[in-house]
Amino acid sequence: MSMIFEITLVAVVVAVACALPGVFLVLRGTTMVSDAITHTVLLGIVLAFFITQDLNSPLLMIGATLVGVATVWAIEALQQTKLLSNDAAIGIIFPLFFSIAIILITRYAGNVHLDVDAVLMGELAFSPFRRLMFLGMDLGPRALWTMLIILFINCLFIFLFYKELKITTFDAGFAAALGFSPVLVHYGLMTIVSLTAVGAYDSVGSILVVGFMVGPPLAAYLMTNKLHVMIALTVLMALVNSVIGVQLAFMLDTTIAGMIAVVTGVTTLTVFVFSPKKGLIKAFLNRRKEQKKMDQRLKTIEQAGR
Amino acid sequence: MLNQISLLLNDYTFQIVALGTGFLGLLSGVVGTYATLRKESLLGDALSHAALPGIGIGFILIQRKELSVLLLGALVSGLIATVIIQTMSKKTVVKLDSALSLILSSFFGLGLVILTSIQNNPNAQQAGLSNFIFGQASAMLLSDVQLIGVVGLGLLALVALFWKEFKVFTFDPMFAQTLGFSGKIIESLMSTMIVVTIILGLESVGVILISALLIGPAVAARQWTNRLSVVVLLAAIIGFVSGVTGTFISSLGERIPTGPAIVVVVSSFVFISLFFSPKRGIIAGHYANKKRQKVFMNQIQSLEE
Repeated sequence: MSMIFEITLVAVVVAVACALPGVFLVLRGTTMVSDAITHTVLLGIVLAFFITQDLNSPLLMIGATLVGVATVWAIEALQQTKLLSNDAAIGIIFPLFFSIAIILITRYAGNVHLDVDAVLMGELAFSPFRRLMFLGMDLGPRALWTMLIILFINCLFIFLFYKELKITTFDAGFAAALGFSPVLVHYGLMTIVSLTAVGAYDSVGSILVVGFMVGPPLAAYLMTNKLHVMIALTVLMALVNSVIGVQLAFMLDTTIAGMIAVVTGVTTLTVFVFSPKKGLIKAFLNRRKEQKKMDQRLKTIEQAGR
Repeated sequence: MLNQISLLLNDYTFQIVALGTGFLGLLSGVVGTYATLRKESLLGDALSHAALPGIGIGFILIQRKELSVLLLGALVSGLIATVIIQTMSKKTVVKLDSALSLILSSFFGLGLVILTSIQNNPNAQQAGLSNFIFGQASAMLLSDVQLIGVVGLGLLALVALFWKEFKVFTFDPMFAQTLGFSGKIIESLMSTMIVVTIILGLESVGVILISALLIGPAVAARQWTNRLSVVVLLAAIIGFVSGVTGTFISSLGERIPTGPAIVVVVSSFVFISLFFSPKRGIIAGHYANKKRQKVFMNQIQSLEE
């Protein structure tokens, strides 16, 4: 396999794996919680690294995922005190966790092979150099396998709990009345989000993950009202964004993850403006039409009054 | 230890940096109060990330690390991001949080793309551009502190001048409009103030953590009082103390970055306030609940008898 093909493959798998849980984040309006998670898993990675001393250990992934779930719990505990608004709770928790992680990394930078920049920005271009060897056989980039497993887990989660996810997303009260537990589904989803963020951090970096999670589903959301169509469109958008992003990054010789994030922004904003269903132009035209209708009505009323 | 502390306090660099971060904390305390009360605290997070491409473009245009030009670039890209976010969340079905996350990451990605291409075309001047991501308070110069001071005084003057307008608009925007205040003007003025504050903090605290400085002092101050004037004043004090203390800790310890140290101090203020505030605090609330339960049980008992 050529290098650019391998990188594209990793990029596509990362993009699709991130976008799938993103569908439900966008629909539930909890994307900023995922932004918080992607920052705080850094603390988990650092802490777990101090214990395992191995950046590729599965324990590291589990530890970091747990910190992501703990973040959600901490945010919700703060929100439940009703002493501060929901978004302020997010804005208090994640900078704190993140700062502690940065302080730890900087203080022990000498004996830790963890680079702040690498964790934040990630670099897809390096993924072909970290290979998975099994019995002396070269199985391809390690990131590809990690993310394939995560993609599989995400697909399985959505497939198994499709009904639960759908009903708790659109009508949590009704779901609870039927005997589904919205809390359980919520935490399940957040676990998936943390796991994905942890898996994606070394290829994409913790800040751009949120764009990978939100961009494609948001574009899909603007194009359809059906959940299964939205999921299909999300996967398609993730695919298109990552392939174009990798090509552009190679052409301009720049950061791949950053370029994919830019392409994601551009495609999503394009859909936002031009979407025939819920786009900006459509909204503008609709308002015009309503105004005209109103004018007509007023006129007829006036005439009737005369 | 004491000797070390007094040595540090007399150190010129420390005095400059502490003054800068302290004033920055004060400023973001004041401006952040309005953002937090209007439940727009995460706007600051998105806008600070969105400032990064502006810094890169500013550098490309003049090929020098002239702080005022870089910050001007950051201002422009921050304002563009604000307009996009407001349009997305107000004109269509897109929720505010989705708009924030999308703009945050795609602008940050653009910033990284631009910074990478600058690094690929070596120029002796470019070193330290990536410091804007985490901030580097120790690089603060007297001129930077002066810039923060002058612009900051301007912002504070605005707050004093439009005190009434901001107040009514923060708590009841509908009522404010019926009184004849223009929502659009006040809203854009407020967003501009947030962007400017963020940009002043980029150099020392960095893109990622500046939003904590906007939210923290305001949330902490809010727990102690119900009066806006007292909240603003308290937030200013908490912000100032956090900035100075954070700088102090980071200079005293070895290899403790300033931005994160300030955030940890701010967060301690928040948690102390949440737990120990005498009226609204978690502990006070717990006891008040217990007391109410007791009174209620007593009432039931007396009824039973």
